[in-house]
Amino acid sequence: MSVAAAIRLGSSGWLAGLLVPAVLLLGVALAALTIGRIPVGFSDLIHVTLAALTGASGAVDPLVETVLLQVRLPRVLAALLVGAALASAGAAYQSMFRNPLVSPDILGVSSGAGLGAVIGILLSLPAVGIQAAAFIGGLVAVAVVYVIAMAVRRAHDPVLILVLAGVIVGSLLGAGISLGKYLADPYDKLPAITFWLLGSLASARLSDLPVLLPPVLLGLVPMVLLRWRINVMALDDEEARALGLRTGLLRALLIVAATLMTAAAVSTAGIVGWIGLVVPHLARMVAGPNFARLLPAAAMLGAGYLIAVDTLARTLAPVEIPLGVLNAFIGAPFFIMLLLRTRRIWA
Amino acid sequence: MGMILEARAVDYGYPGKAVGRDASLTLSAGDVLVLLGPNGGGKSTLFRTLLGLLPAQGGRVLLEGQDIAAMDRKMVARIAGYVPQSSPGYFPFTVFDTVLMGRTARLGLFSSPSRHDQAVAGRILSELGIADLADEPYTRISGGQRQMVLIARALAQEPRLLVLDEPTASLDYGNQLRVLQRIRSLASGGMAILLSTHDPNQAVLLDGSVALVHDGRLTGPGPAADIVTPASLWNVYGVEVDFITAPNLSAPAIRPRLA
Repeated sequence: MSVAAAIRLGSSGWLAGLLVPAVLLLGVALAALTIGRIPVGFSDLIHVTLAALTGASGAVDPLVETVLLQVRLPRVLAALLVGAALASAGAAYQSMFRNPLVSPDILGVSSGAGLGAVIGILLSLPAVGIQAAAFIGGLVAVAVVYVIAMAVRRAHDPVLILVLAGVIVGSLLGAGISLGKYLADPYDKLPAITFWLLGSLASARLSDLPVLLPPVLLGLVPMVLLRWRINVMALDDEEARALGLRTGLLRALLIVAATLMTAAAVSTAGIVGWIGLVVPHLARMVAGPNFARLLPAAAMLGAGYLIAVDTLARTLAPVEIPLGVLNAFIGAPFFIMLLLRTRRIWA
Repeated sequence: MGMILEARAVDYGYPGKAVGRDASLTLSAGDVLVLLGPNGGGKSTLFRTLLGLLPAQGGRVLLEGQDIAAMDRKMVARIAGYVPQSSPGYFPFTVFDTVLMGRTARLGLFSSPSRHDQAVAGRILSELGIADLADEPYTRISGGQRQMVLIARALAQEPRLLVLDEPTASLDYGNQLRVLQRIRSLASGGMAILLSTHDPNQAVLLDGSVALVHDGRLTGPGPAADIVTPASLWNVYGVEVDFITAPNLSAPAIRPRLA
């Protein structure tokens, strides 16, 4: 194909790579609103929306309205934000760490958030306090990892040092979590800790959204603005610098952005693995590696994926299945399938 | 013509692990300088130091008169294009996007390549005769094609100095010569060229100045005829060679002897 065609493709490929994720996300979100123990039809959906917009009511069963607006909508919106945040952070990290096996918690944000939540539960903090402790724990963990990595002055490969520091601090925090569980009251606190660590959106309320939305948007902004430079960051550090990048500064910015998003997601939903690892792969297959297309594709696919898994979690069995468990049951085989189908996802 | 690159008694290597000492050289517009030496002789380390990617352990590197240690990476990248020996390619970016990455130093912090940048990348791909690769993923092309793409990426920086680390090492015979021809024509267009090779014939063919890199020391730079001799090649490579001259050859052909 000619160069002119490549330039043209640059703009039309944009649409193709985004249309599929967008349609999927919309379909999954609508389906999630209608599926559940109390069946809701698409006509109810339209009526409730109209009633909410015009202020008029009466056309819809109040029970249906409550289920939709108070229960399902907050969950779907929370799943949307958490899924989009984890997948975006994962996509940015995979580019930055030049490794498709990296997930957003590689620098210890999940373990830090987990330990924060455990401490919050042990101190009998209210739900908001636990969420805040988790958020702060995540940020502190990544800050510690970053400081350790920077202290290793003679690093030939700064990215490798970061990952190593992340692994070390992560396992240290993991020990802290275990200690917390060991010390916790087995009838009251321990189940709460276990439940939190398994991840769930069951307690998502509309009031969570104002807490979740700002850090996620704040993290997205630098990713959108730096979208071209993130492509160049996927080269070796030395090459990226030779092409004019201040890689150290950009890396710090992206770590802050991804950490904000991931910490917000984890403190709302608990530890939800796999999305940040698997979804960016899927997005790369649909939209290619160019971050300007990869980011929106990953965000939408991540949102759709988590809405779908959360819907299954609350409908598959009479008792709600923990999100983290179901997510792993679905995510792991899905990832294996991806690997088998495209042996060269990243090569 | 102004001086583009100047190294003054540069010691290069890593803290606690010196690779080479006291390297001095200068390059002006249109100059070609070939660093000749065995693999593992420190040529790449010297290049990294000259490009400011590694701090000089002693001495100074000046790029267009400025100390490179004090320069912003972006300013360096607008003057000096770097073609590394290889680039692994972790993600399947298209060749076109890979070449576009060369435009980064000419973009604003938050900008993406414009139509103009795309046109520059397209023109360079055509000039190097690899326009048909534009849509191929970088990860699926051959080693020789990758080398051409990396050269294209460096040229997309529109540099005044081109630094090529063993640009012909992974190329077949024909492509090696095409790259050498390209280097010659870039130099006659006014670009300063610094490249390394372990093939003495190439050093002689390019008709520029040559410096030998051996045991952490630089011999030269000087005219190829002075620097590349049977004695110096024996010293550097430990092989015996014959210099073959003929009336129709502008430079001697170097042929190794098999014992």
